[in-house]
Order: sequence, then C-alpha cells, then structure tokens
Amino acid sequence: MTTPTAPGGVWRDVVGQEDAVATLTAAVADPARMTHAWLLTGPPGSGRSMAARSFAAALECPRGGCGECHECHTVLDGSHADVTVMATEGLSIQVKDARALAELAQSRPAVGPWRVIIIEDADRLTERAADALLKALEEPVPRTVWLLCAPSLEDVIVTIRSRSRHVRLRTPSVEAVAALLVRRDGIEERLASYAARAAQSHVGLARRLATDDAARQRRRSTVLLAGRIHTLGDAMSAAAELASLAGEESSASGAERDAAEKAKLMEQLGADPTARTQPPHVRSQLSALEKEQKTRATRFGRDVIDRSLVDLLSFYRDALVVRAGNAVPLINADLAAEVEQLARARTSEQLLTSMDTIGTARERIEANVPPLLALEAMAIGLRAPAGR
Amino acid sequence: MTDVPSLVLIAGPEQVLAERAAASAIDALRAADPQAELIRLDAASYEAGELQLHASPSLFGGSKIVLVRDLDEAREELIADVVDVAAAGLVDATLIVQHKGGARGKKALDAMKKAGARVIDAPAIKSDRDKSAFVTNEFRVGRRKIEPDAVRALLEAVGKDLRELASACRQLIDDTEGVITAEVVERYHGGKVDATGFRVADAAVGGNAPEALRLLRHALASGLDPVPIVAVLASQLRQIARVATAGRGSSAALAKELGMAPWQVDRARRDAKGWDGDRLGRAIQAVAAADFDVKGGGRDPVYAVERVVLTIAAERQG
Repeated sequence: MTTPTAPGGVWRDVVGQEDAVATLTAAVADPARMTHAWLLTGPPGSGRSMAARSFAAALECPRGGCGECHECHTVLDGSHADVTVMATEGLSIQVKDARALAELAQSRPAVGPWRVIIIEDADRLTERAADALLKALEEPVPRTVWLLCAPSLEDVIVTIRSRSRHVRLRTPSVEAVAALLVRRDGIEERLASYAARAAQSHVGLARRLATDDAARQRRRSTVLLAGRIHTLGDAMSAAAELASLAGEESSASGAERDAAEKAKLMEQLGADPTARTQPPHVRSQLSALEKEQKTRATRFGRDVIDRSLVDLLSFYRDALVVRAGNAVPLINADLAAEVEQLARARTSEQLLTSMDTIGTARERIEANVPPLLALEAMAIGLRAPAGR
Repeated sequence: MTDVPSLVLIAGPEQVLAERAAASAIDALRAADPQAELIRLDAASYEAGELQLHASPSLFGGSKIVLVRDLDEAREELIADVVDVAAAGLVDATLIVQHKGGARGKKALDAMKKAGARVIDAPAIKSDRDKSAFVTNEFRVGRRKIEPDAVRALLEAVGKDLRELASACRQLIDDTEGVITAEVVERYHGGKVDATGFRVADAAVGGNAPEALRLLRHALASGLDPVPIVAVLASQLRQIARVATAGRGSSAALAKELGMAPWQVDRARRDAKGWDGDRLGRAIQAVAAADFDVKGGGRDPVYAVERVVLTIAAERQG
C-alpha cells in the first residue's frame, strides 16, 4: 500500500501520507471542503510541518499547488508575505506571541487568496497563549486559515481541538522515507535505507543520519553502550559520556546560530559590534536574546538526550525481537551481531526491565531531573546482570 | 600625624572586612587628632559639590575625615567629584572610599590609585577554607590559641554569616581564657547548628542516619528547600563513585582527570571506604528517584528527601 509514489507538485516531499494529502488537496480544489482551522497531528518526524507548508503553498498557488510557480516557491522557503510560520525553539509559545498572531489573523491577505498562519508546535502553546487564540479561531475572518501542528490530539487543549478540523498523519514507512532521501537529497540507496530505518521513519533525523557522518558515529557509540556497562565505574562513565555527547551536539549546532542571531540583532539596532560597551537599550535587548538562546539550548540538549535514549531503546527492542524469534525487521540491522550477543546474554524479562529503566530516565528528564543524574541511575540499572 | 595617607580606598565585597578597615583608619586618625570631624556621605542622595565642600579646609581649623560608602552604587556626580578631589589633593582632610566591586565608578578608583591612595582589599570570604583562615587569623590577632577542632565546631555553629562569625570570635576572645578547645565552643554555641545540604549529605554518606535526619530537619526548618539538598546528595555520591572507580594515583592527578579539587578527591576517597559498587549504585538510583519526587513527581518533597537520606545511610551501613 505504501509504495513511494507520492503525488506531485508541492506534495512531493510529504511522504507516505496518501490519505491526509487526499483530504487536503480536496479542500484546495473545492471551497465546500475548506475550513478555517486545521489541526494536523502525527508522530514526530512524520512531516507535520512539511504537510502544513505544502498545504499553504497549494492554497496560495493559482494552479492549486504546482510546485513550480513563484507562490509555491516562496511559501515553501518561508518568505511568502501571507504565510506566517510560528515555530518555537524555546520551551513554550508565550501569550504575547499568541496575541500578535491573533491580531495578524484579522488582516486581509496582501498578495494571495489566503492569509495562512501555521503554528508548528501547537503542543507548546501555554494555556494562556491558547486562550488568547480562541477568539480568532472561533470567529474567523473570511480569508484567514489556521494550520496547527501537534504530535497528537491530546497535546492540544480541548477548546482548540473543538474549533478545528483534524487531519491525522501516520508514521511513514521506512521505504517511503528512504525513497524521499534518495530522490530529494541525492543519497545513495543503501545509506538511505539504513538512515530511514535507524531514525525509525523520522524524516528529519533520517536526513541528518544520512548526511552527517559524525551523527552516525554518535548513534553507533550510544547504542553500543548497552553491552559495555558491567561495573559501577562503567555506568558512571557511560552516563557522563551520554550527557557530554548531548552537550557537544547542542553547543556545536547552537554556537554558530547564536552568533549569527546576535550579529543580526546588532545590525537591526544599528549598534556597533566592535564597541567595547554597548549603550543600555542595546544591552537590554542583547541580554533578552541571550536568555532566549539559553532556554533554547536547554530544550535542545534535552531533546538530544531523549533521542539518544530512543536509540538505546531500539537496541534493546531489537534484542527482544531476536529472542522472541519473530520475523519483524530489526531497527539496528547494521549491528545484527551485537544485537544477537545482547539477546543471548539476557533473558526477555531482563531486556524488558532494561527498557523500563530507559523509559523511567526519559520520564525523569522530562520532569526536570538533571540529565546526568537520571542517566547515571539508568546506566546503573542497565549493568550486566552478573554484576548485581 | 599618623601614617594614614589622605586617600584610602577599600576595595572588595566583604562588608565585615571593609567596615573594619574603615574603622581602623578612622581610629588611627582620631588618635592623632581627637577633634577630627567624621562626615559620612550617602552615595545615593549625593548632590554635586558636597564632597569638595567637606574636603576643603575649615575656617576653624581641625581635620576632617570624609567616609564614602558604596561608591559602586554612587551617582555620576559623586564619581566625578571623587576624581576631582583625588586629582586636586586634600589639605587637613582624609577621604575614605569603600567600593564593593564591579565596573561602576572605576574612573574614581583609578584616579585615587594614581593619586597614591592606600588600597586595602576586602576579598569575599565564601568557602569553608576561607572562613577557617579568617577564624584562625581572628584568634591570632587576639593573641589566643584555638584548636583546629574548635575552628570546625565554630564554623558549624555560626559559619553561615561572616558577621556573626566575627562577633562569635570576639566573644570567645573576650570571655574565655587559655587555649580555645572544641568544648569551649560547644559551651558557648552548643545546640545551634547552621545545617546546609552539605552537612546533611556528609552525615548520610557517612552512614550516620540519626545525625543526618537531625541536620535535615534543622535545614528544612531554617528554610532550605529540598531540591538543593537532593542535588548535593547526588553530587557527593557521584564524586565518591567516580573517585572509587578511578583506581589509584595521586589525588592531584586524579583531581585533574576528574575535574575536581584535590581536597574533594581526598574526601571522596575517605568516604568511599565504607561503600561498594552495588550499594553505591542503589544509593544513586534512590537519589534520582527522590529528585523526580521533589520536582513534582511525588506528593511530599520532604518525605522524599527524608526517605532518600535514610536509604543512603542504610546502604552505607550495609
């Protein structure tokens, strides 16, 4: 069913979502099927924001989403005047941002037929921010469309849910993701299928794994931790290693961006970047930016650790699959020998306990337990059974 | 005349030391001229020109002492005036300036230093090590002997606030005779405990459950939050685990390798004696669970931290 033959035009990069695409294209073609607020849900990496952007492009495009014209291009690269994308790198979307969006929703589109407002992380709306949007969602201006994206219906407060039409995206198949990587990013087929499988069909992650050698290395060393922990010392250093890997990744991708943002802000304020001290109004703006960057780094660091834990989890899951003797494909097919080894060394109960331990660590990190502490407790719990 | 120059700069954040330096300079000046007039200038409500007014010679003769506190919070006018006065020099007057630190008022500091001001440092006293050096020095100045145990007992009792510590030292010097021992300190300050997360952790990691619980109760009653206590427990156990599993080697080398201070390595080594890998592992897991509980995962943060303290002490006992 899920053959990688995606519809063309702007929908080209929305992979493995035939049902959702059919619903959305029908809405573009037939005004009677259109509505003013859409809620797109799907697991992380299923291409929610891609689908939202494609839908926006199809709405703005005079030919219903050809993928060739100026409108389509500008929407897809985020520079169309009537399409606003709200994405947050912080921990939440604040009420002031939501108010600005609600106000924007009242104005008519400037160039295209629709004013489209995309909220990429509707699950990160604070309760007050969501409340600020309700009115604009409920009493729409004729040519405004809201596109909200969230991992699942439960992540959005019920008052928003009831005011929007729900479109569900599903996890695309590994083959579909691999095909996308081959076609869009020109990645070699074997690597693409490895990346799609290892990323568990998360499109963005798969692309990263396929293009970044260091990311592949990191994933490999994370997963191989599983078999290496024997003593308390191993556990402590494994935890420290996991935490520092995340720190590295977070700072590597953060530092460059932080500096660029700072330079841009200085330019906007007309400040002299070479001056030794900045005037007070510039200083206050800069410190506000730094604060924002810090919360972003916190979130990013946590996300990175969470992803490593998911990788680690996949390894135990594979071992369990091997033990159960099922014909389900392995996520870590490239490490089949190591998986085999782990499966031989543990009982199914032990593997399940280990997976629980990892799950607990994820839950704790989510609840603000210092990642290093949570990881240490986890690594101690993952020690080889002989040590206990 | 005294040996106090006409410009004195007291730089540093430690108020106790700064006040002492100012008082001793004033005393020295008063000894030379008992009639000297002391003028305190308030940095916050300063009006331009006040300083020059007070610093210029009086019609009736006699010397003056002008004391300016908190120059780091002063308005621009005062800073500019200090620069002027320092450059112009003073006749029959002494200017004492206190500056807690920071970049503000730096111009005035530079001008004073250039004009040959005496600079007295008042460095911050934060770590236990600084504090014990401070106490030892207090008693040396008071020409008294204090035993190391007594220093520790004194820090434990009143070590949180330096001002309190200083007056406690003063009291012991004035009211007691002979060598000051831990018993003497106990007689004066017994029963009072400034419990911190560190003390709780030390007792728990040492396996002393009653003491750990007592200190924990003290700490909670004096307003310490459970969250930092759990954090300290975690860091102590982590240090022990890392030092215990790092193998042999000098503590300096190990400290470098693990990013710890040498004394931390020594202490962790000492603490590690009663532990083994399994029990330490369980203790760390208990701390992680408690951390989750104090951050909203459980109902009662105080119960969570009490339970983890008892768990750690019990694991240490074996």
